Amino acid sequence: MTMSSDDNAMQQSGIAHDQWRAQLDTYLDGELPADQMRTLDAHLRTCPVCAADALRRVQFKRAIKTAGARFTPSPEFRDRIQKKIAAKPRRSWGFTWVLASAFGLMLVAGLLTAYQQRERLREQQFYSEIADLHVSTLASSNPVDVVSTDRHTVKPWFQGKIPFTFNLPELQNTDFTLVGGRVTYLGQVPGAHLMYQIRKHEISVFIFPEDLVALRAAPQDGKERSFNLQTFTQDGLRYIVFGDVARDDISKLSALLQSAAKSS
Amino acid sequence: MPLFSQLYNFAHWLAQNRDEAEDLVQETYVKALRGFATFQQGTNFRAWMYRILRNTFLNTRTGLKATMTVPLADEEDGPVVNATTDTQTPEAILIDRDHQDVLRTALEELPLHHREIVLLCEVEEMSYQEIADLLSVPIGTVMSRLSRARAALRAGVQRNLQKVG
Repeated sequence: MTMSSDDNAMQQSGIAHDQWRAQLDTYLDGELPADQMRTLDAHLRTCPVCAADALRRVQFKRAIKTAGARFTPSPEFRDRIQKKIAAKPRRSWGFTWVLASAFGLMLVAGLLTAYQQRERLREQQFYSEIADLHVSTLASSNPVDVVSTDRHTVKPWFQGKIPFTFNLPELQNTDFTLVGGRVTYLGQVPGAHLMYQIRKHEISVFIFPEDLVALRAAPQDGKERSFNLQTFTQDGLRYIVFGDVARDDISKLSALLQSAAKSS
Repeated sequence: MPLFSQLYNFAHWLAQNRDEAEDLVQETYVKALRGFATFQQGTNFRAWMYRILRNTFLNTRTGLKATMTVPLADEEDGPVVNATTDTQTPEAILIDRDHQDVLRTALEELPLHHREIVLLCEVEEMSYQEIADLLSVPIGTVMSRLSRARAALRAGVQRNLQKVG
């Protein structure tokens, strides 16, 4: 029995999806080689089926992380350990000094490493969440709640929905188009998520209160997987400009936003 | 104390018992203190501490019993096949916090070699290379084992959701 051409096309499409989705977990772990990552990024931008699958997997990873961070040591146990480590038998002053030095060095090395890793993890987690918000919005059938290219329509829509106001730039004579916006949440704090477009590519602009995440330094040229981002603060607000467009485009939009923010 | 809470959480998941977890963590710090001379400055301190904890666990009665049940066929380094999902996958359901217990139960039910690798990747957010160093296995084994662990976890969640109804 031979397959019809339609059946054949559907089967080929299914095989193609399976091949892409076979890489998704490795991609979301950040472990794909750079060229494969770029290829899969390009596919996810055009394939809602695979993008939705990616979103489900991200949600699963988050759920595992939450469920897995389950057990915490009791204060009594912590005290017990600290006392036990401190109460080592004294064999000689020399040995005690070596032991204390080793413990001190280990403590410093460990604290420094733990602090650096915690800071790095905190930043990575922050940027991962921003990436998730961007991707999930693109995969949604309703990416924005207020649809308008007019900043004078979009800005007042947010009044009463978020605890701050902001200015948006005039886009005439630029390559950017405002698509609209929605209220979004990061760490249970409400903020504004604006969607811009340039040459059929989407850029997300997130605006949150500045004290939401105390980033050590605003990266001038950040990359989260194959996305580009730029972030700055102005008048108590943190702006995050995020998308898979060229770094130059991100910078230009950031500059426009910064200029508009300063003019308030 | 560095990494104390994280090590305790991981120890508890390994031993599945609070008292054993406390013993493991205590022994880990004592061993780390004694063996600090062997720690190479500039290398991954976190991976070093976790390796001590894991090796200490594997030498306990619980750990020995757990490692005896690893099926040999699971250790192939074949090509990684990421499990595909469909619209009925449990991920969408897990957004609901009421179903977190379902996921925790499924994690507990995983065999040790799957449970630890999921925790190291998803909770501790270690890279594949870090996990390979910690478990003393090739990166290919990390990838294939992680793929199977995730598939087993999804199946466990699906199974537990059906029990809850």
